[in-house]
Order: sequence, then C-alpha cells, then structure tokens
Amino acid sequence: MSKSELTKGARKRLSSLAVIVGLLISIIGYGVLSGSGASTTPKLALDLSGGTSIILAPVLAEGETVSAEQLAQAVAIIRQRVDASGVSESTVKTQGSNNIIVEIPGSPDDNTLKLIRSSAKLEFRPVLVTAQGISSTVTASGSASPAASESPAPASTPSVSPTDKSDVNWITPELQAAYDALDCSTPFREAGQVDDPTLPLVTCDTDGFYKYILGPVEIDGSTISDASAGLQTTSTGATTNTWAVNLKFDGTGTQQFADTTGRLFPLEAPRNQFAITLDGFVTIAPTIQAVIANGSAEITGNYTKDTAKTLADQLKYGSLPIAFEVQSQENISATLGSEQLTSGLLAGAIGLLLVVIYSIFQYRGLAVVTIGSLIVAAVVVYLAITLLSWRQGYRLSLAGVAGLIVSIGITADSFIVYFERVRDEIRDGRPLSVAVDVGWKRAFRTIIVSGLVSLLAAVVLFVLTVGNVRGFAYTLGLTTLVDLMIAVLFTHPLLQLLARTRFFSSGGTWSGFDVKNLGSAGYVGRGQFRAAEKVAPAKLAKASKEASKRQTIAERKAAELLSPSKKSGEKN
Amino acid sequence: MSRFSDFGNDLYTGSRSINVVGKRKIWYSISAVLLAIFLAFSLVKGFNFGIEFRGGSEFRVAGVTETSQQLAVDAVKSVVPEQNPLVSNVGTDSIRVQTEQLSDLESEDVRVALATAYGVNSSDVASSFIGANWGADVTSKALTGLIVFIALAAVLMALYFRTLKMSVAAVVALLHDLVITAGVYALTGFEVTPAAVIGFLTILGYSLYDTVVVFDKIRENTLDVEHSETTTFAQQVNYAVNQTLVRSINTTVVAVLPVASILFIGAALLGAGTLRDIALALFIGMLIGTYSTIFIAAPLYSQLRENEPRFSKVKAA
Repeated sequence: MSKSELTKGARKRLSSLAVIVGLLISIIGYGVLSGSGASTTPKLALDLSGGTSIILAPVLAEGETVSAEQLAQAVAIIRQRVDASGVSESTVKTQGSNNIIVEIPGSPDDNTLKLIRSSAKLEFRPVLVTAQGISSTVTASGSASPAASESPAPASTPSVSPTDKSDVNWITPELQAAYDALDCSTPFREAGQVDDPTLPLVTCDTDGFYKYILGPVEIDGSTISDASAGLQTTSTGATTNTWAVNLKFDGTGTQQFADTTGRLFPLEAPRNQFAITLDGFVTIAPTIQAVIANGSAEITGNYTKDTAKTLADQLKYGSLPIAFEVQSQENISATLGSEQLTSGLLAGAIGLLLVVIYSIFQYRGLAVVTIGSLIVAAVVVYLAITLLSWRQGYRLSLAGVAGLIVSIGITADSFIVYFERVRDEIRDGRPLSVAVDVGWKRAFRTIIVSGLVSLLAAVVLFVLTVGNVRGFAYTLGLTTLVDLMIAVLFTHPLLQLLARTRFFSSGGTWSGFDVKNLGSAGYVGRGQFRAAEKVAPAKLAKASKEASKRQTIAERKAAELLSPSKKSGEKN
Repeated sequence: MSRFSDFGNDLYTGSRSINVVGKRKIWYSISAVLLAIFLAFSLVKGFNFGIEFRGGSEFRVAGVTETSQQLAVDAVKSVVPEQNPLVSNVGTDSIRVQTEQLSDLESEDVRVALATAYGVNSSDVASSFIGANWGADVTSKALTGLIVFIALAAVLMALYFRTLKMSVAAVVALLHDLVITAGVYALTGFEVTPAAVIGFLTILGYSLYDTVVVFDKIRENTLDVEHSETTTFAQQVNYAVNQTLVRSINTTVVAVLPVASILFIGAALLGAGTLRDIALALFIGMLIGTYSTIFIAAPLYSQLRENEPRFSKVKAA
C-alpha cells in the first residue's frame, strides 16, 4: 500500500465514522423536532427516575407451567386495567418466561394496586335488558318496564322470586333505576370491583355502545377448554369466507352451556342472548341460534381474521387458569433515584479522569488517541442509548450505568493491546508507520476474539436472565460493539495519520513511541548502539531484529546454562 | 515512565523475565491455599444474603438531617412493636430500614411514622416489599446463564485456538476467580444482592476476556514451536506471558480505576446500593482475573501441552 493510499483509507474510515455519528444525531434530531416522542437524553428506568415497580409471579402448582400466550394475554388485561385507572406513562410487560412487571411513575393509590393484583374474571350471564349506552339516547327495549323507575323508594329485593336466571323478575326497581341512570361514556365501575355471581348485574360493553341488565352467572369462563379463530364451515363441510370463533367447553361447561342455550333459545329478544363479561364488562353478547349440547359452539359476526383472533384469545385466557401474586413491590422516590444517578455519574467521571491521567503517564502523546477514542466511544454510546430508548423502549437503569462504567476498562483495553503491539513492532526495529500497520493486524485478531467473548457473555446473559441483569447485559453488549467499531473506524486510522506527523514519527520523549526508550530499534547487540534516527528501512530493521535475537540467546544460554526453564528470546 | 518502559522492553526482548511457567508449583500452591480458605469461609460462615433473598419490607428515607438510627427503630416499633428493624445509613443523608414482611396497612403506617420521625415529607420515604423468592429467581436464571456461557465460550475458544486445552485452562482459571470472589463476600460479610450477582457474572466475562488476550499471544508464539530446536513449549508460553505483562498491568489499572472509583467514592456518597454491590464484585474479580490468567491459566495450559510428543523433543535433548 502506498503512503497516499494509506492516508486515503484512514481518512475514509474516519469520515464513515463521522457519517454514522451524523446519522444518529439527525435521526434523534428529527425525532425531537417532529414531536414523535424522541428526546435528547436517554429515558431513565424506574430505579433512577422514581416510581413503583411491581413484579407479579404466577401461582403455579407443582409441574405446572405458564405459556407465552397466557402471559401475553395477562399482560394485555393488566395493561387495560392500568390504563383504565388513569395512570399515564405506565409500562406493563413480561419479565423472563414467568413474571409480569408493572412499572408506574410516582406512588399509585390502593385502588390501582388492587386492580393490578386481582385476576381477571370471565363469566357468562343471560341478557335481560339492553339498550344503547349513551344516556341522551336511552330507549329501553325488550320487556323492560320503564314505569318501574317512577317508584320513589326503589325496592332492592325482587317482589316476586325469580324462577330461573333469565326471569325478568330479577329486575328490581332499584336495579332499573341504576340502569336508567347509567351512562356508558362515564366511568361507572370501581376499579377491581368484584360482582356477586348469584346476583344480576348492570353494566356496559367494553366499547360503551350498549348497556345491559344481566342475570346471574350461568357459566364460569374457566370451563372454556379452548377457543380459536377460523373460517366458518357449512354443514356439508365446505369452508366459507366468514371468520368465526370456535368455542369448546370442558365437561361441566358443556352441561351448563347445554342448559343455558336450551332455556334461552325459545325466549324472545333480547333474552335469547347471553353476554360474556370480562372483568364486569360485556365483551360480546351473541344471540343463540340453536341449542348446543355438545359443548362446541361457533360465534359469528362481522369478524375479520384479527378481530376473531382477539376475541378467541380473550375467551381462552380472559379467565386466567393461573392467579398472580405480588413477588416484589418496590417504591423508589424520585429524589433517591436522581441522587443515585448523580453519584454514579460523578464516580464514573472521576474514574474516567484517573484513566486519562494514567494513560498520559503511560502513553504520553498517545494519550490523545486514547482519550479521543474514549470520548468518541462515549458520544456514540450516548447517541445509541438515546435512540434505543426512543425506538426500542430501552430504559437506562442503575445496573446499566454500572455496565457503562465497567465498559470504560474493556474499551480502553482495545487501545492498550493495540499500542503495546505497535510498541513491540518498534522494539523490533520497524519505523512507526510500518509498526502501526503490522501492530494493528496482530492486535485486530486479539481485539476481535476477545470482543466476541464479551459479546457472547452479553448475549447469553440477556437471553437467559431477567430484570437488572438484562439491563446490564444490554449495555455491556452495546458498548462492546461500539468498542469494536471505534477501534476500527477511529483509533487505528487516527494513529495511521498521526504516525505521519513529525511529532510522533520522530519518536520524541512525549510521543509515546520514544524510540530510545523503546530501545531495540537501535539495538543490534550488546554494547552496540546505533543512532535511532538512522534506522528506517524495515528490511534492515528486521534483519537487526533477528540478529539481536540470536545474539541474546547465545549470551543468555551461556549465562544461564543451569536454569533451562528460563525462556529464550527466540521468536519463531 | 522510562523505568516502566525499560521493564516492558526487557520483558519483550527476554533480557528480563519472570519465570511464571517454571515456578507453577508455587502459584498453584498459593491458589490452592486461597481456594481452601475462601471455600471454607463460603461453606462455614455462609453468605449475608440481601433482602431480595430473605424477603421482607424495606424503607428508605431520603434527605434526612438527623441520621440517628434509633429514630427509625422507635418509629417502626411504634407501629409494629414486635419487629426488630435493621437500620443502616446510606450515603450522608439517607436511612435504610429493613423489616420482616409487613402488611400493606402496616407499611403505610411505618412510612408515615418514619417521615414524622425524621421530619421529612412522606414522599421522601420509599417503601418496598420483596418476596423471598425474587432474588432466588434472579439467581437461578443467572446461574443457568453462567453455565451456558461457560460452555459456549469454551467451544468458541476451542474453535479459535484449535485446541480444547486452552478452553480447559481458561475455564479452570475462571472457576478459580469465581470461588475466590464469592469467598470474599463470605469473609467480609458484604450483602449478596442481585446487583452483586450481576457483578459476579461480569467477572466471568472479564476473566475470560483477559485470558483470551494473553492466550492469543501464546498462540502466536507457539505456532512453530514444534519445529524449533532451541526453545521448549513452556519457554514460549512463558515468553508470551512476559511480553503481554505490560499490557496486562496497564489494562488492569485502567479497568480497575473506574470500578475502584465507584467502590470507594461512590460508596461514600451512596452507601449500600446497586452500584457498590456491583463494584465490589468487579474490583475483586478483575484483580483476581488478571492474576489467574498469568499464574493459573498460562502455566496450566503449558502443563497440559508440553508433554505432547511433538513438543517434548527439545526438553529431551
């Protein structure tokens, strides 16, 4: 490679790094300016920003396991509940293969906590009365008697004992009053409210379009053995283009479902409907079209593939067969979090300063490269974390900060390995510009393979662990990648360019490549020194290296004949 | 610098050398004694497990002016008289109070009582409740991670270095580091928290990383040793260790400086906490990791290979 080509290559690599940094900055800048939620600082995890983190673990019998689907459904249900309680900026996600972690800024009130802990309830109830759910357009339909609401003191017990769960006698004047007053567009249920399954219920559907008076619970959702979305098949077995949800009950459910459909089928609308409620809200209220005795039902409507799948999932997991218990509930005050961050950053800054002082002491002028590389690495890591916290929902935690501080050492090691190799080459008598390239080739192998080990550690820990360990592994992996990138795109090309400057190539005391200090360049044998400046051609240097080596062996062999374990200088 | 750099030159040319490989029995004995001591401490004294492993309730009072621990004890006892809280100062103006598991109502009352006792806003009192299996869950996952990582790293090294013996030597050195670091926790009674477990896991990454760097030089130096008439395998290994000694020292200093800064400066500011727990494990682990690479992994590798027939001819001569 000619000198100009070499410089060109180095410049090219430096500018590609500049492009990467520029790209990161402009993506983040665009995100900030366009108001799409990006910020110029990384978002902080709960342990730094303050808030409450609740970890829920499933209560499992021996040998029982939780499927990923069940967990995802539970997360969806809990998220709905948290959002419904009006807490903003909360996150609900799975943690590892078993747990659910709920993070809420600030300290949540008791109701929110209860809401998160209580398990979902899926129930089947017969529809007694239904109407549109916005109060301004209330029109009672079906067999409801609007006159009942005129009663000044509504009675709370049925005047006539209801004969079955579809009996309109369940509707007491009090219930009717509540129903009439119900406006689905305003919150009407207590968070985490538990309804008595033996009593009727006044409620709305999840969208707030319809309101209902429902009879007592007919079937518990846990008797559903399977629910799936699929294309409807006709009695002849041909597949139609209509999406439907297929429902299967277990033994108890089959019997109960047969009884219910048998009783509701002959009734007039709307009492021929049953409602499936999830946490007290009506998910769906299908009309019964046949008595179903085999425990296998099909629900049709205007479903798309997606809506059918969603409904099937809700039915399948809505009533979770597993209960969750609170494994840990941690409340971190915002002041404590910011204190930890400040002290952590302060400690990191002092550590970095010590590293700078040490590298000046060790590498003199070369410290410019070390410090420059560390600064560029820090900038790239900062930008990457900011970008990831916007796009990937990454949150910087205390463990993550620790990971960053630790990475200073591993990042600096790449330079140290490299510099020591370059110094070795100079000791072998090569001029600096050649030493930089030869040293790089050797150091690069080492940097790659050792970087791979770090990366492997990060990936394994990230995949197999949970919580804090994950946050730590994430930053470790990220910084290892950045470290490799900086070594290739910054440290090496910079050193290549610097090697051409007078200051470094002359090998002065402050260059860090002090030829005299590094000795061997001008050293051709015991007692024979050559002026360092004169040693330039690589070939000559190589020869002198060999010479020096052999001589050293001979001398040492003579001197140390009796201690064969001492190694010789022979380099093969 | 010049003296240190002379030292580096001499190590490089071989005019000065530390006989690491030849005197391996000394290093082995030192490590065996250390291992025995720390293993004994781990087994007999046991570990001081943090609240994440024991389970319980924890309160942190921030921004206090009066740091008396008795105030906290009295405050807790005023709500739940039968409790004996563990109180510790965290940093200069925070108090940490740990109790056995309290009910929601009790912990709310304790929070208010602590806020009143220390004259701070009740929002400055953070309360946590940690189930006993939380820490165990994290740790069991971490242990799985550890075993998988060691296995994969051993395979990676075997592929790269083309010999399983380097993997064996590196893993032995790694286990050596882990046992000693764990032993230091038992000896000093430092709390074992999930953060300490993280630190522990990092050591395995760092220890192997360090070993790989030195082993790569050994690989380079021993490439043609079987054709050499003048040097033995052990000599070349020793030579490589000496040549990379300056790098090992520099890297260790640079890596340990930030960690030490967290451990000593951070601990003074923060007291007990995630950062300090991680830093202690790292501080010990990094020092031990560098030591074991040079004094355990390299001699062991040499020992495993030097008697292979193709390497033994110089020795026999």
